[in-house]
Amino acid sequence: MNKLSKSVKEIHTIDQIAREDRWVNHLHPLVKLCLTIGYIAVLVATDKYAIARILLLAIYPFAMLILAELSLREALRRLRIVLPLVCAVGILNPFFDHSIQLYIGNLAVTGGILSMLTLMGKGCLAVFAGYFLIASTTIEKLCHALRRIHVPSMFVTVLLLSYRYISVLLSEASRMIQAYELRAPGQKGVHFRVWGSMIGQLLLRSMDRAQVLYESMRLRGFDGEFREAGHMKMRTMDFVYVGVWSVYLMIISFR
Amino acid sequence: MHMADALVAPTVAATMYAASTIAGAYAVTKVKKENEAEKIPVMGVMGAFVFATQMINFTIPGTGSSGHLCGGMLLSALLGPHAGFLTMIGVLLIQCLLFADGGILALGCNIWNMAFYACFVGALLIWRPMMKKGASKAKIFAASIFGCVLTLQLGAFSVTLETLASGIAELPFGVFVATMQPIHLAIGLVEGLITATVLCFVYEARPSLLWGIGEKRAQATGKLTTKKTVAVLAAVTLLIGGGLSLVASAYPDGLEWSMEKVAGTSELVAQGRVYDTMSRIQEKTALLPDYAFTGSDSVAGTTCSGIVGSLLVVALCIGCCYLFRFFKAEARVKKKQD
Repeated sequence: MNKLSKSVKEIHTIDQIAREDRWVNHLHPLVKLCLTIGYIAVLVATDKYAIARILLLAIYPFAMLILAELSLREALRRLRIVLPLVCAVGILNPFFDHSIQLYIGNLAVTGGILSMLTLMGKGCLAVFAGYFLIASTTIEKLCHALRRIHVPSMFVTVLLLSYRYISVLLSEASRMIQAYELRAPGQKGVHFRVWGSMIGQLLLRSMDRAQVLYESMRLRGFDGEFREAGHMKMRTMDFVYVGVWSVYLMIISFR
Repeated sequence: MHMADALVAPTVAATMYAASTIAGAYAVTKVKKENEAEKIPVMGVMGAFVFATQMINFTIPGTGSSGHLCGGMLLSALLGPHAGFLTMIGVLLIQCLLFADGGILALGCNIWNMAFYACFVGALLIWRPMMKKGASKAKIFAASIFGCVLTLQLGAFSVTLETLASGIAELPFGVFVATMQPIHLAIGLVEGLITATVLCFVYEARPSLLWGIGEKRAQATGKLTTKKTVAVLAAVTLLIGGGLSLVASAYPDGLEWSMEKVAGTSELVAQGRVYDTMSRIQEKTALLPDYAFTGSDSVAGTTCSGIVGSLLVVALCIGCCYLFRFFKAEARVKKKQD
């Protein structure tokens, strides 16, 4: 399976998980979105030596991943993009910061090591929080939340259409790449002589598809506005959920 | 170049969110003004197209390695800077949510670093001026490579600035810049080459899809009128003279600094009757001595000095222009009479 097919599978899996009938999936999307942003803000605002606070902040994503019955393995797999970058930046900290911050027995721990660990912890926890958000909220519900905070309708429509067409175009690109690989075995990537024609063909087909899509949307009454399927209301559970976690974040922030 | 949440401080993230929101709101207004409902599905599908092509590896000739497309410059060349910018935001948001590529809090930074430069700087300052008088394959190649290299360099530099402002990494700024810029130079060249080959293919197959080709120079509707120009200049003058003068540096200027180094004092002391007389006249006539109200240390004095000074300079310049025009006209009349 090539990279494109794997991406299609990943998108389908997340979409299916978010559509399952679970209590976290029924929480109001705006509540989850705001709470995720608030959590990440508190997380990144944590002092670079405050490793204890990072451990306390780990409660939210881990608790939610367990309560939502989400796969921890899948959450860890999502670290593959972020972790190398964060490590690359953090790994140099011990070389520049030699100030001794604490002792574990007789072992002195420098500020550089602490800041490296907190940086990695922040990177991982932010990814876990983001994973919980997207694995418990469909993109339509997120778009609904974005409209509630007055993100322009045009942008939300573009976002939704892009998401809908990603699977289609990824599948198409995957077929093209598979056909190319079968005809050009042992090559690492697409040869530069066919860069233009291969991607250009995909581009022209996408443009034609967009034209057909526009015509069909017009026939169904599209006037450039994003229409929401229904108005989601805040329920008691949403207030309880946001209340509990807000108190938790406040206690950690002002501790 | 996607920044993770762990690499930005909340203040930096909020600032970059604000900057990206302003740019996004401007782009929405501009696309709405174009009033092309047809463009919305095209933007959506093009967002998906960029997402799909980002997954394809391209062999880099002679290296044995491969690179991939970012797509900002490509989108701008096809959709225009404003629609391209909005589409790129959508792509970045989906990447961040679905693949954890870039953080939710760092999204503002990522939009600025990857979408703003590619779409606004790349399209408006490089692509459009180069394509104004018509396109050719050579021009498309030059614009794509130059645009991608420049915008990636700007983006990479912004990443280092944002990380520095966040105070996350202990890595010295100079070392970070020296690491980031050359890497992104190579990435920019590859991205530029891919973008160029794709755009050249489109130019041959369907040139009408390319944006900004053969636009008429300075369309009358897009021009700033004299009134608008004067209003903008006046607003900028008031802002700089009245607002920014308050945060002017307390350090000596270059000349004062040099004098202090050479003579040990930043102000020359002169003596003599002529000097004393001139000083007395200056003291009597100066409206706002030392950029403040007489006998007051109020900040309003500094602001007032900035505004009054700017207005006087404007009045003097306009007066000189009118005088110049008057004497020119006189000379022309005399010449005609002769």
